[in-house]
Amino acid sequence: MNNPQLNKNGELQHLLSTEGLPARILFEILDRAAGFIEGAAGNEIKKVPLLAGKSVFNLFFENSTRTRTTFEIAAKRLSADVINLNIGSSSTSKGETLLDTVDNLCAMHADMFIVRHAQSGAAHLIAKHVAPNIHVINAGDGRHAHPTQALLDMYTIRHYKREFHNLRVAIVGDVLHSRVARSQIHALTTLGVPELRVVAPKTLLPTDVGKLGVHVYHDMAQGLQDVDVVMMLRLQNERMQGALLPSAQEYFKYYGLTQDKLAQARPDAIVMHPGPMNRGVEIDSSVADGSHSVILPQVTFGIAVRMAVMSLLAGK
Amino acid sequence: MSMRIHIKNGHLIDPRNGIDAQQDLYIASGRVVAVGTAPGGFVANQVIDASGLTVVPGLIDLAARLREPGYEYRATLESEMDAAVAGGITSLACPPDTDPPLDEPGLVEMLKHRARQLNQAHLYPVGALTHGLKGGELTEMAELTDAGCIAFSQADAPLTDTRVLMRAMQYAATFGYSVWLRPQDSFLAKDGVAHDGEVATRLGLPAIPVCAETIALSTMLRLARETGARLHICRISSAEGVDMIRAAKREGLALSCDVSMNHTHLSEMDIGFFDANCHLVPPLRSLRDREALRAGLLDGTIDALCSNHSPVDEDAKQLPFAEAEVGATGVELLLPLLLKWAEQAKLPLADALTKLTTRPARILGLDAGHLAVGVAADICIFDAQHYWKVEPAALKSQGKNTPFLGMELRGKVRYTLVNGQVVYKSA
Repeated sequence: MNNPQLNKNGELQHLLSTEGLPARILFEILDRAAGFIEGAAGNEIKKVPLLAGKSVFNLFFENSTRTRTTFEIAAKRLSADVINLNIGSSSTSKGETLLDTVDNLCAMHADMFIVRHAQSGAAHLIAKHVAPNIHVINAGDGRHAHPTQALLDMYTIRHYKREFHNLRVAIVGDVLHSRVARSQIHALTTLGVPELRVVAPKTLLPTDVGKLGVHVYHDMAQGLQDVDVVMMLRLQNERMQGALLPSAQEYFKYYGLTQDKLAQARPDAIVMHPGPMNRGVEIDSSVADGSHSVILPQVTFGIAVRMAVMSLLAGK
Repeated sequence: MSMRIHIKNGHLIDPRNGIDAQQDLYIASGRVVAVGTAPGGFVANQVIDASGLTVVPGLIDLAARLREPGYEYRATLESEMDAAVAGGITSLACPPDTDPPLDEPGLVEMLKHRARQLNQAHLYPVGALTHGLKGGELTEMAELTDAGCIAFSQADAPLTDTRVLMRAMQYAATFGYSVWLRPQDSFLAKDGVAHDGEVATRLGLPAIPVCAETIALSTMLRLARETGARLHICRISSAEGVDMIRAAKREGLALSCDVSMNHTHLSEMDIGFFDANCHLVPPLRSLRDREALRAGLLDGTIDALCSNHSPVDEDAKQLPFAEAEVGATGVELLLPLLLKWAEQAKLPLADALTKLTTRPARILGLDAGHLAVGVAADICIFDAQHYWKVEPAALKSQGKNTPFLGMELRGKVRYTLVNGQVVYKSA
């Protein structure tokens, strides 16, 4: 089966998932992002003309503020023209199909689509459909993948820990419903992290998750023992309705990240979260705002990483 | 009109009558009048030269959705009956999940009437077990039987109330009607679109666990013992399910079972990167399940292979996997996929053919699926060495979606006869 993300020369054609991407491409993105950050004046990444004259369409079929905004900022720093479409409240609710919407935007000379959709596989569908000069970036599809989030997480880990090959990493929370977790797992295993753990109750873990290359823990203290990196996942409130969990309170008691539980990790461990956080549900405020937390730097790195992905796709 | 046909020089395979040799076949007044040597005074007014071809009883498909009434935008009776005979199928059972469902004698009569007018394959409607397939009230099974229904089913609609299921089976058993059920617990399967395994985990697709099948199957087997109803299990999909049916048959339960050709050849792995043509019901399961289904078909635990033909219009598949319409076209692939399985299983063709002839005939209670003197001349003549590529233009069905698109298959039907008339001849 052909990898739909790579062109026949093995170069990145679309970014749909971290799965199946060779380490050299992941490192190329991280190095490129580092270049943008090192060239920054203070905290401000300089505007560069790499995507001047290109049209980037933010195609969001599902609501998002943070991801859409960081993509928009990244595209503007690259001097692209950015068009934001919140389709959730537009065409498809009028009965237009996903691919009809895409065809219409292609006719407006789109160069790049940044797609978020509630269904797994939506970005693949679009990538398969568009002409070869158009690039698709998956900004989150159902439970499947959120590759730029995972890449900015990799950037963050590399920034603080330098190497991947000597790390112990734990991903904690609702892996079952999480596109972020799936993308993190593929990226971390590709980059050579030797020990990757997931920590969650059985109701929040997908079947055969071990086959993705992770060790499964149900006890959080054990799962966090001596880890270098703690990656928290967001828990959505609706999980309480589906009989997956009894209550947010019980979840927090057993799987919420507190100072006590974090004490099991290595003293220099970092704590990450893809946001938006539910304080007091999956993470205690004292940890979220504490000295181990790198949650805000993650957001900042996210802009550089998305610039790196877009410029790489554009061949610049 | 008394048509007299001589099919000569073909390799005749008739599993039930133990024939697997070059033998001629003589047909008059719609029936087989002789096998081997012509009856005295027989003068054919049509000779079919079957040199190099295989002559077998017309195939019987236990599940072909013809989409009428109600879903004519997906396919019509005309298009799908055309496709069926092009696939060598001379009898087919159609599930009741039309719109409206087949829960009224008038609808069934109309469907039978339309099919008779088309004068192609014999159509055997499966009636709805409950009104509107809603799982609440029983349909008029006796009236529906008079109208032409050969069994009763919920198709893929849930029947969550076990008491209704028990009573439906009791009532059917009163008259000796067959109940055809696809085992799936609707709570465990809720929102699921793929097998609960490695692939669904990787792709982030909502999943249907194997226990959704085995729990429902266990209920059905228990109720069949309790009520004495004749139970036919449709579209079994898991290794555990096959084991349960094998055990139940060993205990002597009157039970039959079918499997779809998609599930004997494909697994969850074929979903690849969200191929919506693989969005099927039941879901394609693991390789281990697929092997168990093939073994079950081989040892007779599973009686029949069916196409589970469900044509879908192109637009309905151009959607993200979970939103894409369920189903695949199938009647024209049934024979090639049987041949493929027989070859892979190293099974003589005569044995493999029972899965599409004698066994489904017995499930339907028909004197069909064989070619003894006196039976209706329903015949399929095919070229077992002809390879062809599955592509939209090669299919007569209005549905062009199948996971086998692009694949090269062996076996092409040359002639199909129903009641001694040539209803299909390949170009």
